Amino acid sequence: MTPGADSPITDELVQQHGLSPDEYARLLDVLGREPTLVELGVFSVMWSEHCSYKSSRIHLGRLPTTGPRVLIGPGENAGVVDLGDGYAACFKMESHNHPSYIEPYQGAATGVGGILRDVFTMGARPMALMDSLRFGRLEHPKTRGLVRGIVAGIAGYGNCMGIPTVAGETRFDRSYDGNCLVNAFCCGIVPSDRIFLGTTGAPGNKVFYVGAGTGRDGIHGATMASTEFGEGSDEKRPTVQVGDPFQEKLLLEACLELMQGTAIVGIQDMGAAGLTSSSVEMAGRGGRGLLLRLDQVPMRETGMVPYELLLSESQERMLIVIEPGREQEVFDVFQKWDLSVAEIGEVTDDGVWRCTWYGNEVAAIPVAVLTDSAPKYDRPQRAPAPLPALPELVDPDPFGRLAAVLADPDISDKQWVWRQYDHQVGTDTVVRPGADAALVRIKGTQKHLGFVCDSNGRHVYLDPFVGTAGQVAECARNLACVGATPVGLSDCMNFGNPQKPEIMWQFARSVDGMAEACRALSVPVISGNVSLYNETDGIGILPTPGLAMVGLYEGPTPTVKARFAAGLEVALLGEPGVGWLAGSVYARLLGFDRHGAPPPVSYAAEDALHVALRALIAAGAVEVAHDLSDGGLLVALAECCLDGVGGMFDAGTDAGSLYGEDHGRALIAYRPEARDAVLRLLGSVPTRVLGTTGGDVLGVGGRTIAVGDVADAWGKAFPDWLAGASR
Amino acid sequence: MTATVAVVTFPGSNCDADLRHAVSLFGMKAVAVWHKESSLPKVDAVLLPGGFSYGDYLRCGAIARFSPVMADVVRFAARGGPVLGVCNGFQILTECGLVPGVLLRNEGLTFQCRDVTLRVEGKQTPFTRGLVGQTLRLPIAHAEGNWFTDPETLARVEGEGQVAFRYVGNPNGSLNDIAGVSNAAGNVVGLMPHPERYVEASLGGVDGAGVFRSLAGSITNTEAGATA
Repeated sequence: MTPGADSPITDELVQQHGLSPDEYARLLDVLGREPTLVELGVFSVMWSEHCSYKSSRIHLGRLPTTGPRVLIGPGENAGVVDLGDGYAACFKMESHNHPSYIEPYQGAATGVGGILRDVFTMGARPMALMDSLRFGRLEHPKTRGLVRGIVAGIAGYGNCMGIPTVAGETRFDRSYDGNCLVNAFCCGIVPSDRIFLGTTGAPGNKVFYVGAGTGRDGIHGATMASTEFGEGSDEKRPTVQVGDPFQEKLLLEACLELMQGTAIVGIQDMGAAGLTSSSVEMAGRGGRGLLLRLDQVPMRETGMVPYELLLSESQERMLIVIEPGREQEVFDVFQKWDLSVAEIGEVTDDGVWRCTWYGNEVAAIPVAVLTDSAPKYDRPQRAPAPLPALPELVDPDPFGRLAAVLADPDISDKQWVWRQYDHQVGTDTVVRPGADAALVRIKGTQKHLGFVCDSNGRHVYLDPFVGTAGQVAECARNLACVGATPVGLSDCMNFGNPQKPEIMWQFARSVDGMAEACRALSVPVISGNVSLYNETDGIGILPTPGLAMVGLYEGPTPTVKARFAAGLEVALLGEPGVGWLAGSVYARLLGFDRHGAPPPVSYAAEDALHVALRALIAAGAVEVAHDLSDGGLLVALAECCLDGVGGMFDAGTDAGSLYGEDHGRALIAYRPEARDAVLRLLGSVPTRVLGTTGGDVLGVGGRTIAVGDVADAWGKAFPDWLAGASR
Repeated sequence: MTATVAVVTFPGSNCDADLRHAVSLFGMKAVAVWHKESSLPKVDAVLLPGGFSYGDYLRCGAIARFSPVMADVVRFAARGGPVLGVCNGFQILTECGLVPGVLLRNEGLTFQCRDVTLRVEGKQTPFTRGLVGQTLRLPIAHAEGNWFTDPETLARVEGEGQVAFRYVGNPNGSLNDIAGVSNAAGNVVGLMPHPERYVEASLGGVDGAGVFRSLAGSITNTEAGATA
C-alpha cells in the first residue's frame, strides 16, 4: 500500500495545494479522471505561479529575445549569447525573496546555489556572480538582521564555490520592510558548440540522479503537515532549503568533467519543485515520456514517500539522461567526486510521465498535460490613481546637503557588504565591486565581460514604463563606463500580488518599458524569472524589475578608473538635462519620495553617449569614466574624489543642477594634452568642461568641502548603522 | 630542465587553477595532482591551494590532512623539498604539523576580501629569496586567518626567524600580526594572503610575483647544485 496515495481528494486538500476551484476543474478535465494525491501534488507545483508563469507569461512574450548573438533565449535553464571565437556566455538572474526573509542565511545561500546550477547545467563554468538586494527602512527592527544574514549567506555559498562575486547593489525602502528581495545572478563561459540542454533524446535512454541525497527540506505545500503523508511521522521541517556549497562544488566539477565526454544526452538541475519539475521539463522538451522508479532515488532520511520525493527541494541535485551503455562513465566520474549517483529510470515512447514505487504506479500523467495545459491568465489591469506632483522644493543650501545625500543608504559605501565576498578568486577580475560595472577577463583571450545589476524601484513606481526603460538605459551606460557593449539582459521581475489590477498594470507597463528600451538599445532579454506576491499585510513592494546586463569588451585590458588623479580635466558628457528631481534621492531626503514622474529617456542620445564612452575607453583616451545616476552630478563628482583628490568645478548651484537625476549623462576625466583626441572621439556628443582635478577639496559653484569629509560621510554611514552607533 | 611544480587539488579547493596559472607565468610547469593519489609525481616543489577543502567542515584543513597524497607531501617536506600552502593550504599545513600554529576565526567574525600590506621577514625560504625586508601589497580572502599559538611556540617561532610574513595593519587578529610562517628548516611556508592573485598588473598588483620568482630561482639553484 502506498502511504497516503489512497487519501480521498477533498475540496480542502485542493485548496491546501493552492489550486482554485476553477483550476481543479481544469485538472479533472485535462486528466480525464480524479488525480491521486501524488498527482495532485505534482499539478500543484507545475501549475504554481513559480513554475507556470501563469499570470506573467502572456506579457513576457512582448520582450525582444532574439539577436545576432543569441544562441539560447528564455525557456532553458539559462540564456546563452555568442562571444565569438568559440566562446559563449551563459547567464541568468533569479529571485530567492521569500525564503530569504524567513531564513536569511540559508535563503540567500540557496539562491546563489540555485543560480549557479542553472548555469553549469548548460555546460558553462561559472565565472562571476552578482546580487541585487532590497531591504526595508534602516530603523525597521528586522533590517539589520536581514542584512547581516543575507550577506553572510551569499558569502558562505559563493566563496566556498570559488566563484567571484564581482558586483551588486543594495537599496532600502519602507516598502521592503516585510519583503526583502534577494536576486542572484550568475554568468558562466561555455564553448559555443558544447552547450548542454535539458532534454531526453530517444526512448531507452537512461535517467540518472546525481548529487546530494533527497531529504524533506523545502517540500511544497507548506500548508500541509507532513504527518498526513509520512507514516505517522510528526516531524515538521522548515520549508526553506538548506544549502551545502561543498556538495555543489563537487557537483560542479563532476558535471563539467562528465561533459568533457559524450555520454550526456540531456541534463537539468533540480531547482524549484525538484524532481517533478526537472523530469517533466526534460520530457516536455524531448517530446518523450519518462519512467521514474522513485524507490531508487538516493535519500538522506528514512521513511520518505513518493509525495515527498517528488516535491522535495533539496539542493545540489541533478538529473542526467545518457545513452544506454554509457552508465559506467557516469559512475566513474561521480564516484571519483564522492557523490551519490543512481540510475532511477528511462526515457519512454508513450509520452507519459510515470512514477513507480517498488513496482506500483503512483503517478501517470501525459507530459503534454503537465507542460502545455497550465492555466494562463490575462489578469485585469487598472492604472492606479495619479501620484501627487513634486512640489517646489525649498532648500536654502543645496550644496550643504551633500554629506547627507552621500550618507543616504542607497548611495553610501557598501564595502562592508562586498568585502565579505571573494571578488578576486579565479584571477580574472579587472574592475572590482564599487565601480559602475565590474569587468572580468576571459583568460587566454582579449575578451572581457562587463557586469552590472541595477534597478530603481522609486522610478518604476512613479511610472513603470518610463522607470524601467530608464533602468535599461542606465545599465547600458554603466557598461559603457568600463568600455563594454551590451550583449544581453536577464530580468528578475519582483512585484506584488498580480490579482490586484494595479499591480498587474505595473507589471505589464514595466515589461513594455523594458521591451521598448531593449529594442532601442539592441539588448536581447535572454533569461529571467518572475517573483510575484511580494506583499505583507496587503502592502506591496515598490515594483522592482531587477535587471542584470552583460557587456563585451575586446582588446587590451582597459585602464579606465572611476576615481580622480591630480591634474586631469573633467567634462560632463550628454545633454545637461533640466535638473530632474522627481524620484531622486535628494527629493526623498526632503520627504517627497512618491511624487512626480521619473526622468525620461532619449534612446538616441543614450546610444550616442555609450558609443562615445566605449570609443574613448578602447582608445585609452580617458583616465576616468563615471556614470551619473543616483544623486546626480554632485554625487558623481564626490564619488570621483574618494581616492583623496578633489578639484574645482563649475557645475551649478541649484538643487536641480547638483542632484537632478536626468538620464544620458556621464563624467570623464583626461589628461589636458589628450583633450583634442577626446573631443574628436566624442563627435557630436554634448560636452561641457567642468574644471580640473587636484588638491584635497571638492569645490563646486564657489562652495567647498574637504575630500576627507566626503569620504567620511560616504564611508561611515553604513558601517555605523550596522554597528548600531547611529540612527 | 623546466622546473615542475605540483599543485594539489582537494575536494573543495578553488584556487588550484589560479596557482597553476601563476606558476606557468614564471617559466615553471604546473602539474595538477588529485588528492586521492598515493604518491606525488617527480616534482621540484609542492603547492597547496586556497579554497574550502572538504567544505571547511569540522575545522579548516582538518580533513584534507588525511587525504592520501598528504603522506607523500609530508615525506617530500621532510626531505627538504619546497612546500607552500596558501590560505586553505596554510590551514592544511598547520593541521598536519608542517608549520606551527593554528588559524582561528577572524577577530571581526566575517570573511574579508581585501588588500593588506605585509613585511617579508625571517630566514630565507625558497619562497622569499631576496624578498626579506620588502613590503608587499597582497589580497586576503578568508574567514579563518587569525593565527594563534601557545607562548612557548610563539617565542620559538619569533626567535628562530620563522615568521615569514607579518601584517602591517592586522586584518584578522593574528598573534603578533603574523600572516605567514615557515618550519624550522625553512623549506615549508604557509601564508594567508594570496600571492597568485597579484602577478599581473591588470588585476590590481604584481607584488605576488616575487614569491614565484623566488621559487623558480631556488629550484634552478638546487638543480645546478645537484648536477655540479
